[in-house]
Amino acid sequence: MSRFLFPKWSNKVLPLGFFFGLGPAGTAVVAGVWYYGTNKHFEVGYAPEQPVPFSHKLHAGDMGMDCRYCHSTVEKGAFASVPPTQTCMNCHEKVLTTSPNLAKVRESWKSDVPIEWVKVHNLPDYAYFDHSVHLSAGVGCESCHGRIDQMPIVEQKEPLSMGWCLDCHRAPEAHLRDPKDVTKMGMLEASQKSGQPMARPADLRKPVPPQNCSGCHR
Amino acid sequence: MSPRQPHPELRSASARAGTALAAAVALSALLAGCRGGTSEDPPIHLVGDMDWQDKRLPQSESLVFADKRAQRPIDPRTVAHSRAHDDRARFLQDDDAYFHGVDAAGKPIARMPVEVDAALLARGEERFKIFCSPCHDNTGSGNGVVIQRGRGGFPMPVALYVERLKDSPDGEIFETITKGRNNMPGYAAQIPVEDRWAIVSWVRVLQQSQAAKIDDVPAADRGKILAAEKEGM
Repeated sequence: MSRFLFPKWSNKVLPLGFFFGLGPAGTAVVAGVWYYGTNKHFEVGYAPEQPVPFSHKLHAGDMGMDCRYCHSTVEKGAFASVPPTQTCMNCHEKVLTTSPNLAKVRESWKSDVPIEWVKVHNLPDYAYFDHSVHLSAGVGCESCHGRIDQMPIVEQKEPLSMGWCLDCHRAPEAHLRDPKDVTKMGMLEASQKSGQPMARPADLRKPVPPQNCSGCHR
Repeated sequence: MSPRQPHPELRSASARAGTALAAAVALSALLAGCRGGTSEDPPIHLVGDMDWQDKRLPQSESLVFADKRAQRPIDPRTVAHSRAHDDRARFLQDDDAYFHGVDAAGKPIARMPVEVDAALLARGEERFKIFCSPCHDNTGSGNGVVIQRGRGGFPMPVALYVERLKDSPDGEIFETITKGRNNMPGYAAQIPVEDRWAIVSWVRVLQQSQAAKIDDVPAADRGKILAAEKEGM
């Protein structure tokens, strides 16, 4: 019985297998995680269905209502509150009183049980974001939330990752405007197109955004 | 078989590997377009350990209370005893004129208990445009966007510059903002007291401006208004 000898080509199995098999596969895994394992993929584009088909495009866009009519705590509080049913009923007590889209609003108004809106822009619980400081510094709504006035269904447009926050904290100039204009939509796009910074009084104190850990984490 | 020639089996294997590699590249190029695509599903957190902590944030859900409100409704009898941004701290809101717009006898006060300056008017204008303009219109005419687009549902409010309202005391306008009147709901929840007084001041401006003549405008600014009028504003 002759001894078993590996054929000569078997010498190449390992290097070629590495080159064509493990190498590309490993690269694909690393590149895949690099590219997809980030908020730019997981967070951006989140557009949940809400219990009531409220359209920001209609209210904030077409009708031109100010963001703060409903999100009235945004200038003073850390949290930009979702309005209570009462705010809806300010108008809808009279307007579209039989619309099936508003059935849940009327039900909530009658029963005093809140509507369970789905939170779209949700930071991790260890990040302590404060809306009010950003507004008084002159960062507009659209810098983080995008063109809400064009969204029938609100969709997350920015990754809201720490790297994304820091990009702006290191060089905020492109996102600063007159604090009076924070709720104006379209200024950011216009400024990015033209390359001109947004209008801002020259005598305003330039904000110094924190870059240390405790700026956002406690 | 010459030593230069690879084994035929190996050749087909490497061809297969090449095809697989090309397919992988093509597939990832295809998938690359899917980054950040619209989705109704909640975001995946790869390492979510501390992202959702066992604490309740504003307006979040509670498992303890039957109505699921983590943020408990405020008892209507509660009185905020002071506010950090209010420089004239009023203990237990013990100032009927400022907090309710009425005098000791319970009658609406004629003149607001706040000093009117340019800053207050500017604040009033801004707040008016946020909270009042949807119905009352920027001019106070009463033909706001809610009236225009409300499909006849919302009756048009009376213009803010009618004589009756011009003559009404400041305290009454304040009370109307606070508690509402006729079809108008109260805005106490949305507009803090100091802003309500600012809005009262701006309502007075709108009432004045409707009857204003060009001679009332400071000479330096007349040119601007006339030019705007020419442009058809």
